[in-house]
Order: sequence, then C-alpha cells, then structure tokens
Amino acid sequence: MSRFSKTLIGLMVAGTATAVFAFDRYENIGRPATPAEVAAWDIDVRPDLVGLPEGSGNVDDGMDLWETHCASCHGVFGESNEVFTPLVGGTRADDIETGRVAALIDQSFPQRTTMMKVPTISTLFDYIRRAMPWTSPKSLSDDEVYAILAYMLNLADLVPADFELSHENIAEIQERLPNRNGMTTDHGMWPGASAAEGGIGNGGTPDVQNVICMENCKTTVEIVSALPDYAQDAHGNLAEQHRGVGPVRGVPTGPQPEEGAAPAEQSSAAAVLAIANGKGCMACHGLANKIVGPGYNEIEAKYKDRPDAETYLIGKVKSGGSGVWGSIPMPPQGHVTDEEAQALVQWIMSGAKAQ
Amino acid sequence: MAIEYARPGRVRPAPENFLSDTDIESVQNGRRDFIRKAFVTASAAMVVPAVAKAQSAGDPAILNLPEWTTSLGMPVATHPYGMPSQYERGLVRRESPGLTRVGGSSVSFTPLQGLFGIITPSGLHFERHHQGWHDIDPARHRLMINGLVKTEAVYTMDDIMRLPSVSRIHFIECGANTGMEWGNVAVPTVQYTHGMIACSEFTGVPLKLILDMCGADYKKGRFVLAEGADGSSMTRTIPMELIESGEVLVAYGQNGEMLRPENGYPLRLVVPGVQGVSWVKWLRRIEVGDMPYGTKDEAIHYIDLMPDGLHRQYTSTQEVKSVITTPSGGQILLDKGFHNISGIAWSGRGKIERVDVSVDGGINWMPARLETPVLSKAITRFNVDWTWDGKPAILQSRAVDETGHVQPSYGQLRAVRGTSSIYHNNAIQSWRLAESGEVSNVQVL
Repeated sequence: MSRFSKTLIGLMVAGTATAVFAFDRYENIGRPATPAEVAAWDIDVRPDLVGLPEGSGNVDDGMDLWETHCASCHGVFGESNEVFTPLVGGTRADDIETGRVAALIDQSFPQRTTMMKVPTISTLFDYIRRAMPWTSPKSLSDDEVYAILAYMLNLADLVPADFELSHENIAEIQERLPNRNGMTTDHGMWPGASAAEGGIGNGGTPDVQNVICMENCKTTVEIVSALPDYAQDAHGNLAEQHRGVGPVRGVPTGPQPEEGAAPAEQSSAAAVLAIANGKGCMACHGLANKIVGPGYNEIEAKYKDRPDAETYLIGKVKSGGSGVWGSIPMPPQGHVTDEEAQALVQWIMSGAKAQ
Repeated sequence: MAIEYARPGRVRPAPENFLSDTDIESVQNGRRDFIRKAFVTASAAMVVPAVAKAQSAGDPAILNLPEWTTSLGMPVATHPYGMPSQYERGLVRRESPGLTRVGGSSVSFTPLQGLFGIITPSGLHFERHHQGWHDIDPARHRLMINGLVKTEAVYTMDDIMRLPSVSRIHFIECGANTGMEWGNVAVPTVQYTHGMIACSEFTGVPLKLILDMCGADYKKGRFVLAEGADGSSMTRTIPMELIESGEVLVAYGQNGEMLRPENGYPLRLVVPGVQGVSWVKWLRRIEVGDMPYGTKDEAIHYIDLMPDGLHRQYTSTQEVKSVITTPSGGQILLDKGFHNISGIAWSGRGKIERVDVSVDGGINWMPARLETPVLSKAITRFNVDWTWDGKPAILQSRAVDETGHVQPSYGQLRAVRGTSSIYHNNAIQSWRLAESGEVSNVQVL
C-alpha cells in the first residue's frame, strides 16, 4: 500500500482504537494492567460509594478492634488529644437534623474533631482502609473496617450500640452525618473548570483583592499583634539558625550554650533515639514522661531488678501488651526488627539518654 | 557556633564577662529581653578598639596568614557527595516545637532566611509527610493508570524515564504555609512563618502524554485521582483542565538529580500553582474519573473554615504572595546605612508582575527590582536598595501577579475569611525593625 493509504487507514482507526495507536507511538513502553493488579491497588471509595466493598461489622466487634488497633493513639472513646486531634466530640443531636455542626458556626469548640468536619461517610471508610492502623496500614479486613467505623459512629451518637454497619445501610448513615451540609465549593481556588462548566467553584476569581497604592495609603499604622517572648524562645537559639556572615545575624534566644562547650557527637544513644523516633515509639512514650504509654524512665525503674527484663521487654515490644500500665494496650510492633528491639530495650534499661 | 569575624559592626560575638553578677541574676529570673540589650550594648563597645587596631597596623585577618593559605588542602573526592561548609550548619530544616505531636505526620521548614535566588537546595526542601517517608526501591516501583481509560496500564520507572521529558522550574507551597499566623503572631522567623515553600527544577513526563497513551476519556473524565505508595497512600483530586494544559508532570528529577526520598523518590506528581498536598509523592496510581473524590485531605483536612461555619472544599490554588527574607524576624542588622531588602514572591495563577516594598508599615511604597528569571508559577526574587537611618521601621512587601491580583493585607483577608481558616494565608507580612537593629514579627492590618 502507498504511504497515503496507510495514513488514511491510521486516521480512520485512531477514532476507534486510540489506545492501541498511542502505545504504538511509544513502542515497548508500558503494558496493560491485569484485572488482579487493578483490584489490588484500586481501593478508593468515592462520595457516591463507588468502590465500596461488600461487607459488614458491628459496634461490639468494632470496640474490640478499636482497643487493639486504635485506642493507643486516639483514646478509648476517640477523644484523645495526646497524639492526634480528637476524632469524636463537638457535635450535638440537632446537628444530625440540620447537617450543619453548630459549634463550627459560633467557633466556640476548642478543636475541630473529625466528626465535626467530615461531610462524606465514604471518606472515613476509604481512609481507615487505606491508612490505618498507623504503624501497619492496610492490615485490616473490609469487615474490620466496617466494624471500626460502626464503633466510631456509635461514639458520635449516630448509631445505637447494637448497630451493624454494612455496604447496604451505609448510605443511610450519610444522611445522618452532622456536617454533611457543611461544605461549600463557592470559591475561586479550584484551578480547573467552573461549576457552571462541570467543574468546581467560580472559575478562579479571587475573593480578596487589594489595590496598588503607592503614597499616603493610610494615616496610621497599628500593630495588632507582636511576638510574645515565650514564642521567641520556644524555637531554640535563633542565632544558631542564621548564617555567621552577611548583613545580619540571628538574635540569641533561649538557653545559651556554655562557653567553650564541645559540640555533641552522634553517640550510640542518639542512634537508638533515632530508631525510637523513626519507628514511632516516641508517639506514645516520652524519655522521662508518660504520653499514652509509660515514660522510658518509668519502665527502667519498674524492671531494673528483674533478671530477665531484657527478654521480657523485647517480647513486649514485638508482641504488644496490656494491663500493666493502664487500660490502653500497646499494639504489636511488627515493623521493629529483633536487633532494633534489643537495642531499644538495652537503651531504655540504661537510662534512655538522648545523647 | 562560636565563629569570630574581624568585622566592625553593631553585632559582634559576646565578649567574656559582658554580664555583671546582677545581670546574670536577672537572666536566671527569666528576663530574656535584658540579655539581648546587654548583648548589643557590649557588642557596640567592642567596635572602637577593633577599628583603632585596623588603623594602626591592619586587619589581623590580612596580616596573619591563615592556615588555609599556608597548608595543604583536602584531596578530591574527600566527600563523594559534597556537603555545605561546616560554617553553614545552622541553615537546616527545622520543626516548629508544639505544632505537631508525631514526627511521621509533621512538617519541617525551609530556612528561607539564608537562601539566595529562586532555587531551593534539595536538602533544604521543606518536608510534609502524612505517615512517614520511605526510601523506595525504584526497581520495584510501579505507576498504574486506571479508571476512564481505554487501556488500564502499568509503567515501570524504566518505562517512564524512556519517555520524552521536560524540565521546568516551579514553586511548591503547602496550603497551610503561614497557617499558624491566621489569628495572631505565633512564630519568630521567616523559616517558621513562610518556610513551607520551595522552588525546584523538576524533570519528568507530562501526565497528559501518559493519559493519551492509555486512551483517557477526556469527555467524561474531568477529574483525576492521584495516589501515593506510602502507608497513607495519600490521595487528592486534580482537575483534568490542568493536566490537558500539559503543566502537570509525573516527575523523577529535582534540581538535576533524582528526587530526594523525602520529596517522593522515585516519582511524584508536579501540579504547578497548586498547594503541595496535591503534588502526591511516591506516586503509584492515577485514576481518571467523572467526579471529585472527597478524600481525607479534601474532606477532613485541607478545608478552609469560613466565619459562617462552612468549610471551603477543594481549595487548591496558591494565590499571590510574597515575603521579605532579609531583613526578617529574629535577625539583627549589623549597622545602619546601606541594606539590600531582599525577598521572594510567587503566584499559583502565573507570573509575578510587580512587587512593592514599604518601610513605614504600608503608608508609602516603592517598587522593587524583579530579578530574572521571572517564571510562571515559580518563585521570583526581588530586591530594593535601602539606607537605614537607625530609626524604627516596619518592612512589608506586596506582590501583584499577571492576572492583576494584588496580595491582600491581614485586614482585607480577615474581613472575608475570618481567622480560623488554617489554609491559604497569603497576607502581607510585616517585620518590625527596632533601633537596636533587632527585627521581630508583627502584624499590621
């Protein structure tokens, strides 16, 4: 066939099989995905519940799962402020009727909890399934996600204690979410088409505008806020956060280093502290203070005379535990290797020094 | 950091015993202001002998040859991957104490107070992770395209890096940058007020090219979900219009090398003009769909609370904004006399058109020089010559972008959006310069 004919056929086919021709253009780059591959990764759930898996879970099972996987960070009732902003609280029975959280209107509630904000039930299911628990995301079964979500909804007084949540009734919960009518997309900060053209918002018109004035733009300058001293000192020594040459220096703030003090070398203690930070241990344990779990100083004090303390504590790190320090259990820390667990325990039992 | 410089000026390393016993007692009682005053006073007293000595014999830094002039230096490849000078060790990413409680879901800020030009060194690029970061094996990383496409497809890094690439300079700013300052002054330096911004040259493939390959349904598919490969598998909705413009990149390169792990190695989305959360790191999946996805970071976080109790959802564009980086909060000017006021400006809607600077708290303004290059959706550096007369001053900058949008004052911004929005604070920043030369963070309506 002539070159012309080939082109003509190409154009005709392109209308019906673009994909094939596109792959041909960049020959041998990329390949079709298998259905199993797409199923493995396509885990999003949209606000219209497309993507929601079949399944169910009840409040009771959810409570057990919560105490095992969630309470250590979020508190037994989802109220904890220790690690993350609280999940539950700040909503009232009236909000369920109106779909607007009243505490957001008078802005009296000190913190905005998840249940005060979330407008779509799909968001909660999607996020728990993709990202929780904190240290082992995607380890929950779909039924477990339903159960945990059922427990959360019960904490927020949206469902009774004997409730079972499933793919069949989850749409009804959407109609009870306290802030389901609390969102607006009437703004100019969506960089795509406007709502009128099938997109979002007003098409990019700013809501706040200033003018280019150059002279005598106002008569007085009022300073309405200045940095409190404690905030200046809270960020360490600002002198050390600036270059030592140039037109300016940093202001000395906070505790000053002693004259002639040698800079600290990275010690083995610092290396273990880095493990503790990197593996998320410090989210729940302070060096010398309780956070969710006991401080390392408390652990050392409790077990310092126990002959098998090291073995015992390595087991606790690896397998988790509960009941020794309070009602909130410590989940198993499978992401900590045996070597790391040993180093951590030896460091704890030798005083958990930062350096 | 006891580094001495033989240069006269208002600010010098504190001489020994510059505090009397009474002064020390005051400091121990918590009077921080006092130490600063004493420091500056003691330093000023040092100026005279230094100058006198220079007149009589000369500068010891010249007269006494230093060891680097009189000894053998280090061989090549002493550091196979080069590092900044030891004298620059204070200019690093830092956290703001108390802002978050978990390092895996936190922020570290870029030290804007020490940077020049428009490019952020990759090692100083701010960090925002939602569930910690990983150093991903690129050989095991995949990008999947699914949804409203003719052929759902999988690409390896080999595939993506074989495709035609582009390199572009863009800023990335977290939507919560300056978020701590909505209601009042909260933090001392420009690192903490504005340090969730960086600007890099990114190299990658336009996402449009890959969607074309897969036969995307551009008629129905007006929204795209981008998803990360980290534990949080973070997701955000991107408008198809931006992708069709060719601006959105699937990027692997940053400032001439591969992305740093903290910035998404080996693959991230680049969404020019849009807040950082949409630049999904460790990008593993793109889904073409016909509606926004209402993800956690679009329905619980990254929503802007307005005074009427409604949250704005899907706010994405980073509007016109600027800040003076020198002089800025937490600094002391060496002396009165000539100073170059320098800062950065940017807009998510295009190029910076002009920047004006005020030294009297916004009563009078003077135009700043825009340094080249001035690029769309990139940081633009501005400078103004200024002679400080030693009197108190309030420094401000006000940027205008190519759409004519003028950066608002705090008064203008709060009149519309209140003080609880957290996100998208682009107000004019004020730095108060005291007679002592000390600069501090203040707010002017």
